[in-house]
Amino acid sequence: MVHQIVEYLRNADPLIQMSAAAIVLTLLGIIFALTYYKKWRWLWREWITTVDHKKIGIMYLICALLMLFRGGVDALLMRTQLAFPNMNFLDSQHYNEIFSTHGTIMILFVAMPLIFAMMNIVVPLQIGARDVAFPFLNAVSFWLFFFGALLFNLSFVLGGSPDAGWVSYPPLAELSHSPGPGINYYVLSLQISGIGSIATGINFIVTILKMRAPGMTLMKMPLFAWSVLASCIVIIFAFPPLTVALALLGLDRIFGTHFFTMLHGGNPMMYVNLFWIWGHPEVYIAILPVYGILSEIVSTFSKKYIFGYKSMVASLMLISVISYFVWVHHFFTMGAGPGVNSFFAVASMAVGIPTGVKVFNWLFTMFRGRIRVTLPMLWALAFIPCFVIGGATGITLASAPSDYQLHNSYFVIAHFHQTLIGGAVFGLLAGMYYWWPKMFGFKLNETLGKWAFWFFNIGFYVCFMPQYALGFMGMTRRVYTYPAETGWGSLNFISTVGAYLMGIGFLFIVVQVLYSIRYGERDTTGDPWDGRTLEWSLPSPAPHYNFAQIPTINGRDAWWEMKQQRKAGSLVSENELKPIHMPNRTPLPFLMSLAFFVSGFGLVFNQFTIATVGLIGVIVCMLWRSLEDDRGYYLSVDEIKQTEASVRGA
Amino acid sequence: MGVRNLKKTGVSDKLKKFLFGFVLLFLLPGCSDRFVLLDPAGPVAQTEYRNIMLTMVLSAIVAIPVLAIMVYVVYRYRDRPENQAPYTPNWDDSKILEVIWWGIPILIVAILGVYTVRDTFSLTRPPSDQKPVTIQVVSLDWKWMFFYPESNISTVNYVEIPTGVPVQFVLTADAPMNSFWVPQLGGQVYTMPGMEMYLWLQADRSGVYEGKGANFTGKGFAHMNFQVVAKPKSEFEAWVKSVKRSAPPLTNEKYNQLVKPSIANKQLYSSYPTSLYKDIVNKNGGMYYTHHGHH
Repeated sequence: MVHQIVEYLRNADPLIQMSAAAIVLTLLGIIFALTYYKKWRWLWREWITTVDHKKIGIMYLICALLMLFRGGVDALLMRTQLAFPNMNFLDSQHYNEIFSTHGTIMILFVAMPLIFAMMNIVVPLQIGARDVAFPFLNAVSFWLFFFGALLFNLSFVLGGSPDAGWVSYPPLAELSHSPGPGINYYVLSLQISGIGSIATGINFIVTILKMRAPGMTLMKMPLFAWSVLASCIVIIFAFPPLTVALALLGLDRIFGTHFFTMLHGGNPMMYVNLFWIWGHPEVYIAILPVYGILSEIVSTFSKKYIFGYKSMVASLMLISVISYFVWVHHFFTMGAGPGVNSFFAVASMAVGIPTGVKVFNWLFTMFRGRIRVTLPMLWALAFIPCFVIGGATGITLASAPSDYQLHNSYFVIAHFHQTLIGGAVFGLLAGMYYWWPKMFGFKLNETLGKWAFWFFNIGFYVCFMPQYALGFMGMTRRVYTYPAETGWGSLNFISTVGAYLMGIGFLFIVVQVLYSIRYGERDTTGDPWDGRTLEWSLPSPAPHYNFAQIPTINGRDAWWEMKQQRKAGSLVSENELKPIHMPNRTPLPFLMSLAFFVSGFGLVFNQFTIATVGLIGVIVCMLWRSLEDDRGYYLSVDEIKQTEASVRGA
Repeated sequence: MGVRNLKKTGVSDKLKKFLFGFVLLFLLPGCSDRFVLLDPAGPVAQTEYRNIMLTMVLSAIVAIPVLAIMVYVVYRYRDRPENQAPYTPNWDDSKILEVIWWGIPILIVAILGVYTVRDTFSLTRPPSDQKPVTIQVVSLDWKWMFFYPESNISTVNYVEIPTGVPVQFVLTADAPMNSFWVPQLGGQVYTMPGMEMYLWLQADRSGVYEGKGANFTGKGFAHMNFQVVAKPKSEFEAWVKSVKRSAPPLTNEKYNQLVKPSIANKQLYSSYPTSLYKDIVNKNGGMYYTHHGHH
């Protein structure tokens, strides 16, 4: 294994060698800084062993932004290679590795953790809970995600990245055509982080169904919580097929079975089906919470109740159901026959119905409102046209006869980037700006944020609109180069310019965060946006127990109504404080996930001793947890009073 | 928009060309030969082209008003002290409006659904009632192999077809799955090891059409291009005769060479072992399937 890694690095592209050196230097720098400032203990006690949903959410957010950087650099490398015909910046192999890691990272290690970040930080605060239903499991989910992402990101310096596309279709992804460790990295890292995702799905379904504050019936629940519920239902049904697909592909590659091989009766189409039974619902997992975020933001910054609440709930749940009946539209061209294709085509178009309803309801929430165009609202407003266009092109792709032509072309690339960037990323950035004061206690600087917004938005359209046209010119996806005669050169060049503009936009966000840590406007009220839901009733950042007293809910937009009552002087005085039961911090989630990582790393290189040691570690951690008697602890009334006094500045 | 001029022009020229291209794209579809999807050369591509346009127009019927309403609403209801527009913070429901915006998308999806189902079924049938030609296609790493079972000739990265006649391509792979695509003649279908797929195409006018592998298959994927030459039936038959007369035969040994990963140029063969194509399908798993051809 060591020999293989050293050989790989010796022969690698200079870009990769430089990255490897940079990683080592960064690690040394971090270790030095932690030691110099004596922060190891702080890191261990406050973060690594925490079970606090707010801190876990922040860790998800940090990881997602780091991964966004990595995925974004991948994107810029690709766009540079495609800027001109016959470019020699990246060779075929390197380009293939980069588009494979770009896709995998953006979906699984950017979109998913960004969503988990929002869910973790907001859902318990919004429904009046003190934590999620299973805080220990929540920490396990995070660390499994963390080590899954780490394993995936090690691949490009330790042995070679996966290079069969983010879908890794066999037989290309089988040993016969991809003999290196790359696809093993893909299989094992997705498997490890996928277990965490399923656990998160279960955790938040239970949290939302069982832990709402008294009086908050389901139909009084904020729409973000509804959207998370819808998304989590999709997670628990969609991720198991991915687990199965990856397990079978892993068995083929590591233990020599023949589920999806070319020879010996394997059937690659089975993988394609399993993959997309997860893969399409996966994009709804990413977009559903964004619908919730949009609903919160549009309502808050229009100073109005959300329009058509019941319709909004119905459309969320409808999307989560329809999402299971569309997967074949990823391979209409695999000859399933006209009956099957017709069914999946119409089902795919039908997704447009509830989605369209949501857009109309957002518009009519703003209608006769009072619109404040703050940073979160700006991103929400940018989301709407972008997502509408992305949805419209999606209708074209959903129609099977159109898809026969457009499948695998740049039209598809433009479409899904428009829904995933213009949809998911715009919405998640809106959410990040909206809840940032709640997470950290200060606002992000508006001016820098506007620069970031315009660079990113204009860059987006400059980058992806030409790609629709390239689709009509017959440009296929995943080509690392193209001859000048195709006439694709000028549009590709423009697209590359757009990608760099987006890169500048991202840098502005980084500068904005760094600047605001020091100079950002502090949030002393806990309610900087004149919010409507319960999280804004708490100080920013919220104390670790969230609510000193669990509020009783009488209507939707609970905090808005409390404020109205308070103005009218009719708010009932609060009850006596009682001691609060809290979960203990624990190192087990971290250690167990580390053991998963060791086991996965061993399997990547077919080192069964290392793999077994890792698995034993996992089992020991599970036994430890099962046998230990951890009943948590109680916060006394005095401690609560002290904390409340200090955070509320009384 | 000559190809050769491109290299000499600067960025601003490129920008002009881009804008020009966009105008073409939306106003004059079919006028630019670069936009191959907008320039169908046969009935299959024509059906698909119409389907694309129909879906785009119907989507635009919803999308454009939505964007217009949004611009108006954001402009009209900005939170400014002097803004006199009505403000109704508690108005959050309207049965009539809800019925309208559930109704419109349902109606549009229903219309699109009817056309989609009609075209999806019609594309599985031969595009005209002329006697069809059959061509077997095998995707290899990284080249396209064509067999003409009716005349026993074979070609690589090059295929000739008669105009005005439906061509049934029967496709398989002796490599990871690819996708066979000739945009001006019609949409693609996957080639899969051990399975046979069927695709009807037809060229109504003579010409050279670019074909390509559309599904990623590794290092040489970007170079998996081929040419489809459509010519009148008599010229096509003359071409077949000349290949039979002058090209070398394809032997099993030669085929085994071709299977190995490499990039290839156009090749012609006067004959091939009769069982070759069937053997390719069978060895990759075809023997485990019973085929029900969708003829």
